[in-house]
Amino acid sequence: MALNTVSYVFIGIGLFFNFVGAFGLHRFPDVYTRLHAATKCTTFGSIFLILAVIMQSAGIWAQGETSQSIMCIHSVLALVALLVTNATGAHAMARAAHRSGEKPARAVVDDLEKKEND
Amino acid sequence: MNEFDWLPAIIAMVVCIIIIMVRVFMGPGAPTRLVAFDTVNTLVVTSLVIVAMMFKHVIFVDVAIVYALLSFTMTLYVAKYIQGDKF
Repeated sequence: MALNTVSYVFIGIGLFFNFVGAFGLHRFPDVYTRLHAATKCTTFGSIFLILAVIMQSAGIWAQGETSQSIMCIHSVLALVALLVTNATGAHAMARAAHRSGEKPARAVVDDLEKKEND
Repeated sequence: MNEFDWLPAIIAMVVCIIIIMVRVFMGPGAPTRLVAFDTVNTLVVTSLVIVAMMFKHVIFVDVAIVYALLSFTMTLYVAKYIQGDKF
């Protein structure tokens, strides 16, 4: 069945990007590049993993078992909540790290240093 | 798909979470620990959705939605604490 094949491919893509994010958290030198690696890669991987769940539950729903409709719709809601909160949280963490005096690794010039509202 | 087809995905997610928890415990400074812990929260939400699909219980997805919103609130307040604001 084609739906299963697409789901396996989506699970593979999602796990690959989650592992890329996990190893980027260890390989990068400072807070900002770690934030860049961890937040974007794990958001992208989570999109594909939850899409695989949505496709599988929608496939069971399309076969006539209507109890899976709740699973499908609530997974979409979980995905939307994850997308909104990850982007906003990453921005808040980057701003907090800069205001607490954290410098980027090997930085020479900090353009935001003299500004009142960064 | 059989329900045991989701089991390797969950095991891989748990391995990924353990790799990130190493950074939570040894990371230099509070902002690095906050970044790593927020990443762990994202992966826990995804794992809960997969567990819900594996066990065919919808209640895990509802728990995942509430966990995502509460962890977002935690991230905002800890970030506000790190940057030195008064509450």
